[in-house]
Amino acid sequence: MKKFLEGSLAVAEVVRLCKPGVISAYPITPQTHIVEELAQMVADAKLNCQFVNVESEHSAASVVLGASAAGVRSYTATSSQGLFYMAEVLFNIAGMRLPVVLTCANRAISAPINIWNDQQDSVSLRDCGWVQLFAEDIQEAVDLHAIAYRLAEDHSVMLPVMVCMDGFILTHGIETIDIPILEQVDKFLPAYNPLYKLDINNPITMGPLVDADSYTETRYAIQKTQEDLLKIIPKVTAEFSKIFGRTYHGLIEEYCTKDAERVIVAMGSVCGTAKDVVDELRAKGKKVGLLKIMAYRPFPAQAIYEALKDIPKVAVLDRALSLGSYAPLASEIKAAFFGKKKKPQVVSSFVVGLGGRDITKDSIKEVFKLLTAKELSLEFIDLKPELLKEEYR
Amino acid sequence: MEKRLFNPGHTACAGCGQSLAARLVIEAAGANTMVANNTGCLEVFSTKYPESSWGVPWVHSLFENSAAVASGIEAALRYLGQKDAINVICQAGDGGSADIGLQALSGMWERNHDILSICYDNEAYMNTGIQRSGLTPFDSNTTTSPVGRQSCGNIRPKKPMPDIAMAHGIPYVATASVAFPQDIQRKVKKALSIRGAKYMQIHVPCPLGWRYEPSLTYQVAKLAIETGLYPLVEYENGQLVAVRKIQPKPVEEYLKVQARFKHLLNNPEELKKIQAIADANIRKYGLAA
Repeated sequence: MKKFLEGSLAVAEVVRLCKPGVISAYPITPQTHIVEELAQMVADAKLNCQFVNVESEHSAASVVLGASAAGVRSYTATSSQGLFYMAEVLFNIAGMRLPVVLTCANRAISAPINIWNDQQDSVSLRDCGWVQLFAEDIQEAVDLHAIAYRLAEDHSVMLPVMVCMDGFILTHGIETIDIPILEQVDKFLPAYNPLYKLDINNPITMGPLVDADSYTETRYAIQKTQEDLLKIIPKVTAEFSKIFGRTYHGLIEEYCTKDAERVIVAMGSVCGTAKDVVDELRAKGKKVGLLKIMAYRPFPAQAIYEALKDIPKVAVLDRALSLGSYAPLASEIKAAFFGKKKKPQVVSSFVVGLGGRDITKDSIKEVFKLLTAKELSLEFIDLKPELLKEEYR
Repeated sequence: MEKRLFNPGHTACAGCGQSLAARLVIEAAGANTMVANNTGCLEVFSTKYPESSWGVPWVHSLFENSAAVASGIEAALRYLGQKDAINVICQAGDGGSADIGLQALSGMWERNHDILSICYDNEAYMNTGIQRSGLTPFDSNTTTSPVGRQSCGNIRPKKPMPDIAMAHGIPYVATASVAFPQDIQRKVKKALSIRGAKYMQIHVPCPLGWRYEPSLTYQVAKLAIETGLYPLVEYENGQLVAVRKIQPKPVEEYLKVQARFKHLLNNPEELKKIQAIADANIRKYGLAA
């Protein structure tokens, strides 16, 4: 059903169709519209759900942890500082193998405080064991939520999934969205059947103390599941495609890469802008393309290798930093080629769009312009050198 | 083997007041109970993988969040229509309740979840090696409130957690002690018969942290009450409904059996201050028989 909708409201609608039994959240911009809409749905009896208003993101994550442990499908959403405040619990949810789904409305990290979009929040939590899927547009964000629950609750997975959507650009943007209908979601996403849960008829101990004799194996198991997900995600997205009619590879998306000489690699909403630029440059006969990373965790190194191994020049766009080192996405893209015979001649790294600085078509064109035989490491696009000269007394 | 809700064979220290209280609590609550437990001694000594002492559904997540985890469990049970048949307990030590876990606890109380929150109060961070907490008593010698040339130990009295709980308007607040096992069990049953958020703070002596002979746990716990330093009180709907009456003994009787207070015994000025705390309790709650 096509609707002209704000991204947050569209996400709330698909979450409603996924029928979580417990939702818990704490206000933070730009995530709030999602949970406000869900709260209204509960108030209007359009969603049968316990909506728990908590005193912090730490407790929001803890509430959905508890609800999931009790065998009920659970949902939360947050951004930025809220995600960081949840961080301790997020590691815990993954370690306890609980299939929680969280929407991260990607936002910059303080200080200085900044409510606008970049991806430093979820990228900083790449090591917490959660699956991280990045949406390019609102439609994709909507679809990824159904996919997220299906993946998380798969008995061979049992890991939490974070759907990452760029704050404001996607949460507050308005587009015509094909909202799934209940029958489709029901067909794709069966009722939650917990593999284990708190149950008075079968009492188990969850979250015990595990020492050196077994701890490594618990972490190894998550690592193996993340690796398995590289096969499971495309299978699930193929099933999604059959029911909903929209096709996703699930791990990556190749756009005009087959004969390309220069390819940009990116995650999230910037891919939409990049596709427009690719189209314009292609019309002028330039052989350019885009590789979109949809799954950041698990990191699809093999798929990336296959997609880029014959591309002479690759530019990686990061909307986050690992201060003091290489940009996070760029370093992993480069690692995918280490020790391989086939590889791009150049993998240049660009930092763009921090703290909500617009990434315009000109920004993308600038990246293509700078993508030459000379490899660039951590080139900041649209930097304002005049601001760096300010003196503070 | 007999089916128990809290099994022996765990690794608590000899004379541990908390292990005794935890068993009394869960046996009073019964098999239809789910427990969320903060990090701390109890979690460590009762759930060393692959073994567990717990015969009820039990979950541990982090140091400070059992009240929030329990809120999620309670919400899930409500969603499933099972809340009326199942008790939910969140439990923590004094640090996990009064310090790092107070925010989550306050949130749970304010939302008035149908949960019994229990604080096992052994008056310091025992699991990490006897550091002071918000419930460490005045002048107590701990590893982070040590006695020294310009220090008589912990500089503040215990944070008034029962009063803080009361201020949330929750329907049941009580203190208890392992000195009175039947009283603990009566209060747990009473609490669980009331809908809404409940708070119980149970005094659980720690031989290692308080430095007394492990065989004396009961006597030490009893002296805390008999001196007026640990009043046993019970509130329902904001009204004080019961106190354990005492014939007050001087505080030295309690202090002298524990090496954490050894430095005070030749210090009449400090002893006076502690006697004043006991006297204030006796007046406030009308403890004197």
